[in-house]
Amino acid sequence: MSNARANILTRLRAVASQNTAATTEPAAPLEAELGRADKIARLKRLMENMHAEVIVTDSRNWTAALKELLRQRSLNGLLCAPTTLIGTTLAESWESDLPPLVGYTEAVEQSKERLFTIDASITSTKGGLADVGALILWPDANEPRLMSLAPALHIAVLEAAKIHSSLAEAMRREHWAEGMPTNALLISGPSKTADIELVLTFGVHGPKELIVLILDD
Amino acid sequence: MPTRPEKVYYFGTCLIDLCFPQAGMAGIELLQREGIQVVYPQSQSCCGQPAYNSGFLEEAKKVARQQLKAFPKDYPIIIPSGSCGGMLKHHYPKLFANEPEAAEAQRFAGRVFELTEFLVKVLEVRLEDRGQPIKVTWHSSCSALREMRVIEHSKSLVRQLKNVELIELQRERECCGFGGSFSVKQADLSSAMVADKVADIEQTGASLLLSGDCGCLMNIGGALKHRNSPIPAKHVAEFLLERTQ
Amino acid sequence: MTQTTVDFPKNFKKALGDGQLRRNLRAAMDTLGLRRRTLFSDPEAFEQLRAHGDAIRRRALNKLPELLEQLERKCTENGIQVHWAETPAEANQICLDIIQRHGATRVIKGKSMVSEEMHLNHFLAERGIEALETDLGEYIIQLDHETPSHIIVPAIHKNRDQIARLFHEKIPNTPYTEVVEELNAIARQVLREKFFAGEVGVSGVNFAVAETGTLCLVENEGNGRMCTTAPPVHIAVMGLEKVVERLEDVPPLLRLLTGSATGQLITTYFNMITSPRKPGEKDGPREVHLVLLDNGRSKIWADPELRQTLKCIRCGTCLNHCPVYTRLGGHAYGYVYPGPIGSILTPQLEGLDHAGTMATASTFCGACEEVCPVKIPITDILRRLRVESYNKVDTPNAVKGHGYKVNAAESLTWKGWALSNATPWVNALNAKLLSLLGPQLPKLPEPNIVKKWTQSRALPPFAAKSLHALVKEKGIADE
Repeated sequence: MSNARANILTRLRAVASQNTAATTEPAAPLEAELGRADKIARLKRLMENMHAEVIVTDSRNWTAALKELLRQRSLNGLLCAPTTLIGTTLAESWESDLPPLVGYTEAVEQSKERLFTIDASITSTKGGLADVGALILWPDANEPRLMSLAPALHIAVLEAAKIHSSLAEAMRREHWAEGMPTNALLISGPSKTADIELVLTFGVHGPKELIVLILDD
Repeated sequence: MPTRPEKVYYFGTCLIDLCFPQAGMAGIELLQREGIQVVYPQSQSCCGQPAYNSGFLEEAKKVARQQLKAFPKDYPIIIPSGSCGGMLKHHYPKLFANEPEAAEAQRFAGRVFELTEFLVKVLEVRLEDRGQPIKVTWHSSCSALREMRVIEHSKSLVRQLKNVELIELQRERECCGFGGSFSVKQADLSSAMVADKVADIEQTGASLLLSGDCGCLMNIGGALKHRNSPIPAKHVAEFLLERTQ
Repeated sequence: MTQTTVDFPKNFKKALGDGQLRRNLRAAMDTLGLRRRTLFSDPEAFEQLRAHGDAIRRRALNKLPELLEQLERKCTENGIQVHWAETPAEANQICLDIIQRHGATRVIKGKSMVSEEMHLNHFLAERGIEALETDLGEYIIQLDHETPSHIIVPAIHKNRDQIARLFHEKIPNTPYTEVVEELNAIARQVLREKFFAGEVGVSGVNFAVAETGTLCLVENEGNGRMCTTAPPVHIAVMGLEKVVERLEDVPPLLRLLTGSATGQLITTYFNMITSPRKPGEKDGPREVHLVLLDNGRSKIWADPELRQTLKCIRCGTCLNHCPVYTRLGGHAYGYVYPGPIGSILTPQLEGLDHAGTMATASTFCGACEEVCPVKIPITDILRRLRVESYNKVDTPNAVKGHGYKVNAAESLTWKGWALSNATPWVNALNAKLLSLLGPQLPKLPEPNIVKKWTQSRALPPFAAKSLHALVKEKGIADE
């Protein structure tokens, strides 16, 4: 067993004891607080700039909007969480001309092949960030992490009331520091890169397309 | 900013002293013309920056102490260089932070003004152009730009001259590659940088290059001359004086 | 770690002579600079934001020992296994042990500068383990057996033709194409198979939050998420300075990082990892390891001035704005960290005797400091390194390899210079001598210094009369 830990901490402590000058800290810059309509508009604009498709709908019409989207594409399936509200709502009214609903019901070890070959997925979101245009996802047992990563098309459902002005505000209001999940994510668009001559191209390792359905009730 | 003083000190800088005294004199005359008495302590020499930037702090301090001694009264200290000005104003307090002269260096620093800054902000000079129409371009020294932050003052004086068209460089904010000992210690890099600067100057179509720092002028002017360019390089003080007398 | 001595003059000459490289770099750096300026278009707001970022980083560093222990405690509570390494060799061994314990031979990597510092890929390859870079830029340079030339855009020295040729030659059955989208698609296809098959994922860490034991990763491509999600084991490596105190410290740093690096409001993904897969969860690694690397950082930290080096959040914007970096590119520096941040960090990590030249590759133009999102006093630290290069005394905070440049000739020159400039009559005499001898200088056998100046410039004229003499003649007061 190496003594690295003890050695490093001893070195640091030897200095820390001589050096206790407190620093004054400037206040955090004020964040603009936006109204609901502004938040929706800003998030939509920013995410569209990042090549996400953003559709503002409501809780009665979103499934119809979704079905229309799916019918325009030829997809081999739609990965979803069968036990969530999204999953049950979809299952109730699914139609045979739509890509089949596929549940993420088994651990990745048993379902990796399927996860890496299915064309699309749909997940809920924990919220959104208006100032930068991003979704907040806290994947869980029902909606695991790879759902928003492996399929080429990711569809996310966002309730307008859950759009925060900023990440700082979301963390504060929802007391994130008191209990972080296994994985928390911010997603601002489909995967992209600019590693070749800074030419921005979308769809590198993660989803090539991101569609956001904002439920504005 | 002080109110208009009766007397000011003038810090000529070592480079002006040895190579560009006419630029130094022009600065003095611009001040005198505004009715200011200029005092030039003969015991002044160099701000100490060459040693300070080369890793020789004790030598820098020794020379800097001589300047603290040479400018004892509380007159503003006017300096026709952003680089040496930055040394006096921003680096003396750091150089002497743990020395008995700490407070003195702070006070000294508070009295330092770059020439064009002083002409604009304290003396509020108004210039009347008596020269022929000319196109000029401007090089901002990094220290005038980022430490002393006086570039707008310098350029505003040039812009007061009605027959002078100021054409800005495409990369005005980019260093000319002088950097004191850098120019010889990293001669290849420095040459590459000044070559780009010269190309930028030539593409403006200007017939004269102005700057407020003789280090840059020595570098860029030397490079222009080296390639037999017809564009001379001139200190802004000299230019302002010539155009208005 | 094996220390190589870099031939800086040769590297610099080679880089400066490579017109293609300079054009590639110049275009890219201009674009990145413009994007940054566009994002931080309000200078006052930027100053306020970076003052905040600076304060967060200073606070974290001031509390470093406590925060590291808190981070360890929190991570352990969350099920993340924490390892400490004093040297890259120790860190590499820790990674190897974990990989071998799982019988793994296929490692997929997200972008990590610390892993470059460790030369982890090389270390693993020698032991029969494939460590595949999955960030597109890193993948490109790994194919060409190169190292990153930039902290953020590692393959920026290459243009699309060069990449097209590389893919065509190195990836089986790949037709030649210069279309960037097609090159992307090729990489996507190759790497998806690797993500699928990867047994261990390795990543870096952008911020580690002590309060919650959370590892934060910033990325656009999704490869970082793949590496930290798909394989059963995730190893995160980080320099021990990357810790921040509170979760609320993250948003301002994130904004500063993405804005400074690429002018983005936010990257595509911000990935916060707080634990391995919990019972009932269906994916994510079953083991998460965090390797904390010192490699000289605790020594840098001991000195209050040098400590500021460790505030760096690796945005790379100092590279983009540096007139030296934009003419050389990263490879000429010879070490992992190039540009202004590399020029202050590398000599401290590797020793001045090896990398001290980097501290001389600056005009002190200050373009880096002007944009640094955490206000690192880069030029002051460069000056300090130059001072340390001539410092013979072995004080506790002396930089590794200090005093390597001590020589009688230079010391004497500066002593003479100081004497002259501190003694008015000597100074006056010197001025007179120079005005007399100056015009003769070009006729003298050229000393090296004159030759270096005149390779691209005419010699400055020494005036017949110094300013001291002129003002005396004009009767200007001397008081």
